[in-house]
Amino acid sequence: MSNRVVVTGMGVVSPNGIGLPAFLDAIQSGRSGIKFMPRYQELNFSCQLAGMPNFKWDSLSNYISDVTMHGLKGTNIGYGLVAALDAWADSGMGYDTDEPRWETGCVFGNSIADTEAMKNVIIRVDNKEAKKLGSRVVEQAMNSGVTSYISGRLGFGNKVLTNSAACATGTQAVLMGYEYIKHGYAKRMLVGSAEHVDTYVYGAFDSMRVLSRKFNDQPEKASRPMSATAGGFIPGSGAGALVLEDLDFALERKAKIYAEVLGGSTNSGGQRLGGTMTAANSTGVIRCINESLVSSGISAEQIDLISGHLTATNADKQEIQNWSKALNRKGTNFPMVNSLKSMIGHCLSAAGSIETVASVLQIVHQFVHPNLNFDDPNPEITDIISVNSIPVAMIKKEVNIVAKANFGFGDVNSCLILSKFN
Amino acid sequence: MTRQEILTELKKVIAPYTTNKEMLANINEDTDLIRDLKINSANLVDIIIDAEAQYNIEIDYDVADKMMNVGTCIDVISERLK
Repeated sequence: MSNRVVVTGMGVVSPNGIGLPAFLDAIQSGRSGIKFMPRYQELNFSCQLAGMPNFKWDSLSNYISDVTMHGLKGTNIGYGLVAALDAWADSGMGYDTDEPRWETGCVFGNSIADTEAMKNVIIRVDNKEAKKLGSRVVEQAMNSGVTSYISGRLGFGNKVLTNSAACATGTQAVLMGYEYIKHGYAKRMLVGSAEHVDTYVYGAFDSMRVLSRKFNDQPEKASRPMSATAGGFIPGSGAGALVLEDLDFALERKAKIYAEVLGGSTNSGGQRLGGTMTAANSTGVIRCINESLVSSGISAEQIDLISGHLTATNADKQEIQNWSKALNRKGTNFPMVNSLKSMIGHCLSAAGSIETVASVLQIVHQFVHPNLNFDDPNPEITDIISVNSIPVAMIKKEVNIVAKANFGFGDVNSCLILSKFN
Repeated sequence: MTRQEILTELKKVIAPYTTNKEMLANINEDTDLIRDLKINSANLVDIIIDAEAQYNIEIDYDVADKMMNVGTCIDVISERLK
């Protein structure tokens, strides 16, 4: 008998709410976290909006020592620490330990270090002052920086890894943690991902012409997944984290259980058959979804809600088409579908973990969060699925099984199946 | 600058790198930075960089290796201040 894996703690730093209570309230009431960024206007960006968490840097002193705090510059590390340590506390465990926690590991993903913070490094090196950089740069520049800060604070002694799969990173991190527990390598895994879209990364996306540019004067209207006027995504920042545990291990310590991870899949479309560096191969996406159903032992009919990738680009239509084909469900038989990106934008590496936290909350509190700005449905989408599958206000309903997927550059896909704990 | 004056300023330079504030308040020339103040060995580099800025001096790598306790730190700083 293979191990069952449950979610026992969650933490989130989202553009529309930091901490579970604020985030739950935001997604239930449909609160946008997208703001106008004056600096982006000065820089002549086409898109001048961002989903930016209302993060107070000083609040980190509640989580880490003053010594660690001194010299910490990486915004992504700050977000990741708060989400991860909140998830840990939410799971009913203390931070401090003298011994390594051998049974607990961590998979925390991200895309890139905070290049804005790294600017100081570049300037100093170019000024022939490398000697003055000090000891704290490498640990924040390295890809495993976020994971290392989290694991060091909590003393994790099992597998400690950093994954990176562009926009599929977050769901992939959850899946990797799930697999380690499922296969018996760890009893507990802290999983999640963080992203800080700094000015330089933002500028590079802006130049790709994939960002929204027609709603700069109406920030909250700008992220419009599945609408006819969906004109690009809004970059977002933040972090999401979950504590996953072996069911028996969780029950033994009488942990509260939010939901169960039934299974999932991560694959690639190989950048073939229509897939490219930036576009998904639909065959790969459909395989990924189908493999998730098989690994979870559920049928397509059992899915109550799809938490889509749905970034508000012209890929939305293809994504809906892929879900419809993979599940063999269409029209009024299509499950509910929503996109958290309508509220917070696209948090890239952090999208999957924040959206997984939202998915679990919808299971726990039995609701479907609204899709903002779905004022003008894209007819190519409503040709495939009923407009009633895309709620514009919160719906209270039975939500037992959620499929949560993300698709990323490099033609990588990740899909999770989450269930109410029975 | 007397050794006592350097020690007083050195306390401020070291402060951000130790959680052991009580020990810091009572340091003397024999206090070991790593063993007594529990400073992460990697952070010794930062203390040296901050000391260079504080006293407007340069401390080369070989000399810096000697700066393991408060007394040797004061030795190096007072030598460079001459």
